Amino acid sequence: MKPAERMKILRQHMPEQDAEQRSHNFEEVNYGLAGTAASMEAQRCLRCKQAKCIEGCPVGVDIPGFVEALAEDDLKKAADILLDANVLPAVTGRVCPQETQCEVQCIRGGKSEPLAIGYLERFVADWARENYQQKFTPPPPSGKRIAVVGAGPAGLTCAGELAKRGHAVTIYEALHRPGGVLLYGIPEFRLPKAIVDQEVNNLRKMGVQIICNVVIGATYTISDLLTAEGFQAVFIANGAGLPVFQGIPGEQLKGVYSANEYLTRVNLMGAFRFPDCDTPVIKSTQVAVVGGGNVAMDSVRTARRLGADPATLIYRRSRQEMPARVEEVKHAEEEGIVLELLCNPIEILGTTDGWVRGVRCQRMALGEPDASGRRRPEPIPGSEFEIPCQVFIEAIGTRANPLLTQSTPELNLNKWGNIVIDENNMTSMPGVFAGGDIVRGAATVILAMGDGKNSALSIHQFLSNK
Amino acid sequence: MFPILEAKWLAPKVRWITVAAPRVATKHLPGHFVIVRVSEHGERIPLTIADSDSASGTITLVVQVLGATTQQLCALKEGQAILDVVGPLGKATEMKNFGHVVLVGGGVGTAVIHPQAKALKNCGNYVSAVIGGRSQSYVILESELRSICDAVYPCTDDGSYGYHGFVTGKLGELIADQQQPVHAVITAGPVPMMRAIANLTREHHLHTIASLNPIMVDGTGMCGGCRVTIAGQTQFACVDGPEFDAHQVDFTELADRLSAYRPQEQLSWQQLQNLNHECRLNQLK
Ligand SMILES: Cc1cc2nc3c(=O)[nH]c(=O)nc-3n(C[C@H](O)[C@H](O)[C@H](O)COP(=O)(O)OP(=O)(O)OC[C@H]3O[C@@H](n4cnc5c(N)ncnc54)[C@H](O)[C@@H]3O)c2cc1C
Ligand SMILES: Cc1cc2nc3c(=O)[nH]c(=O)nc-3n(C[C@H](O)[C@H](O)[C@H](O)COP(=O)(O)OP(=O)(O)OC[C@H]3O[C@@H](n4cnc5c(N)ncnc54)[C@H](O)[C@@H]3O)c2cc1C
Ligand code: SF4
Ligand code: FES
Repeated sequence: MKPAERMKILRQHMPEQDAEQRSHNFEEVNYGLAGTAASMEAQRCLRCKQAKCIEGCPVGVDIPGFVEALAEDDLKKAADILLDANVLPAVTGRVCPQETQCEVQCIRGGKSEPLAIGYLERFVADWARENYQQKFTPPPPSGKRIAVVGAGPAGLTCAGELAKRGHAVTIYEALHRPGGVLLYGIPEFRLPKAIVDQEVNNLRKMGVQIICNVVIGATYTISDLLTAEGFQAVFIANGAGLPVFQGIPGEQLKGVYSANEYLTRVNLMGAFRFPDCDTPVIKSTQVAVVGGGNVAMDSVRTARRLGADPATLIYRRSRQEMPARVEEVKHAEEEGIVLELLCNPIEILGTTDGWVRGVRCQRMALGEPDASGRRRPEPIPGSEFEIPCQVFIEAIGTRANPLLTQSTPELNLNKWGNIVIDENNMTSMPGVFAGGDIVRGAATVILAMGDGKNSALSIHQFLSNK
Repeated sequence: MFPILEAKWLAPKVRWITVAAPRVATKHLPGHFVIVRVSEHGERIPLTIADSDSASGTITLVVQVLGATTQQLCALKEGQAILDVVGPLGKATEMKNFGHVVLVGGGVGTAVIHPQAKALKNCGNYVSAVIGGRSQSYVILESELRSICDAVYPCTDDGSYGYHGFVTGKLGELIADQQQPVHAVITAGPVPMMRAIANLTREHHLHTIASLNPIMVDGTGMCGGCRVTIAGQTQFACVDGPEFDAHQVDFTELADRLSAYRPQEQLSWQQLQNLNHECRLNQLK
């Protein structure tokens, strides 16, 4: 096929569950491309010599390589290329912000729409999940033992890479199920938990031991791991799970949640199936969520599915500045989410018996750019108004949880409490490495995975030199 | 899975459960709690570690049947197991020589003061325990505490045993006793009781610590559901507590937040009773 012919093919659309229907259930929104559509989309790739898209991918997936294999119907080869760089493609194909990473670099983007890299990644990964088990011949045991703290994307990736090199890996996870944010944060309708479970099981098959219900900093300290427990190296990947509250009046009212609590109740504990699952969540007809990122989108769309009408998203800047994935905002609007943009909550209003009855907000206008380069929102005097709601969810960010670091004073932290690492991902404690959100602050799944992989290489080096 | 080695009723609806949890047992200090989950679809609930033995790798929980989860937990017998046990969580009790410490436990709150009594005694304190229950059968851990403390004062609301009246009444007497002046008070139990204790000791400027019991989910500072207001500041009870200066606690807010899920809790309870009823009917068939 000539490039001109390729250019004529239009970007394939992702088949989706009907918006009205899906706003009442927790089943996945995107169905995934059909085989013919995937082949068609794969033909759109121009096979650039110096493919910019690869540079946009934090883990350097050979995008033209796997896309070409897919176009040639060699799914096995496509899967091998993909899995070589990215151990959780079924996850990243669903949750990566492709529009700011790989797809934004695609040269087709200038003239028409970029290649749908995420859709193709998901297609190949889903095929592989059902039809293909990559060959894994366990290497000779190295005799080295490594402890990984936290079973989120960073920890899981690191564990897999170390196991591939013959090391004995034990992951300690604080919660009762592994997966990290993939499990307790990102909802079922965006990332089915069966996918996370399957990835975790693959790791187990590779010999990685996963022990849940162990909080490092409480059950064991990092020093315990290096001494009494006999590990030669540790990788810390405990995420950035401490919820931040706005600090406005009324936050103690019943019906106020952090997004972390709301999503944990619903996703991890299954509150959407209450009373079949025993953990409750407060359901109400009117729900408001403050924030503009993926976490806020997930919260407001979850509330909608639990019956909220309206489910309102309050964000203090305009749509352009929203950090959420573009697809999430689009899906949210289709599902009937009300967007209150340029709007900021200043007080949560309560009933006499302590329940939320609404939130007082202020209209905002965008002023001069601030340190982040985004235009600073400023309140418009006299613009106050009330949004009635009985549940109010704060999704304005998370920080490093100090539980582990407080118990380990040897670790150097930055002023936000994130762990400081050197160019080899090692912390100020010899043999102790760190990566993912605990180092970067709240970031992305693929960056966490990249850190996990790089740290595994550094740990391997470190242990080989020992 | 965490195997149960011993399970017995201490009082009506109050069960003593010793469970194998070696990692927790090794690290347990007074004031710590665990989070447990009983079944695959079950809730995560916090329970104080009432006792531990690192040699045998066991911890003991003292559990009162209040709703669905505690009922399922208390139905477990020796030889069965608890699905998930994680800990030890929370900050340990501040241990030092205060002089004369009075520990005030109401109901299962007595389980909280039991390990504290041991450790405070080891620090050289004179330790008194005031333990309350509705009537005689509800007074728990008396003999255990007698073997540790310098003095134990059981109290019953109906006067069927020990001091007739609330624990506050007995504490008031101890504070008034010039022979053995009180230097610090540590309390655990129902919110109204802890509030009454705080009000009493505030008048006497007595250092008082209360062990708070807000609703929790993860127990590691990740959800913020356990937030309480201490001296006007928001704190997460699971990591910043659960013990706080009783005179600074907003008890009204704590009590109010504890009621957030009443209707759902009743539904869960009802569902479990129906299920149990069906099981029994099936057994009869
Ligand atoms: C609701 C939500 C939606 C998101 N959506 C997206 C998205 O669409 N795309 C995207 O790229 N990113 C998204 N993110 C961000 C992304 O999920 C995170 O950047 C990523 O998960 C970080 O990975 P991690 O492995 O560093 O940490 P985590 O995923 O947070 O995992 C850390 C793990 O460590 C465990 N842990 C914590 N403390 C301890 C301890 N002391 N001892 C033992 N274990 C411990 C935790 O329980 C957890 O399982 C989202 C985040 C949230 C909250
Ligand atoms: C730090 C701490 C230590 C505790 N120690 C003990 C103990 O040693 N022994 C004991 O019997 N009880 C203890 N509790 C209380 C115990 O957790 C609750 O009784 C239990 O969660 C009730 O669950 P349920 O499903 O049986 O009842 P439900 O019907 O669900 O609830 C009954 C009442 O318990 C409270 N509650 C409900 N869910 C939770 C939750 N997830 N976390 C906390 N409270 C909740 C609410 O006030 C509710 O109204 C402690 C609580 C805390 C926070
Ligand atoms: S991992 Fe993410 S950034 Fe990399 S190619 Fe896949 S979707 Fe794009
Ligand atoms: S229980 Fe979740 S933060 Fe305390």
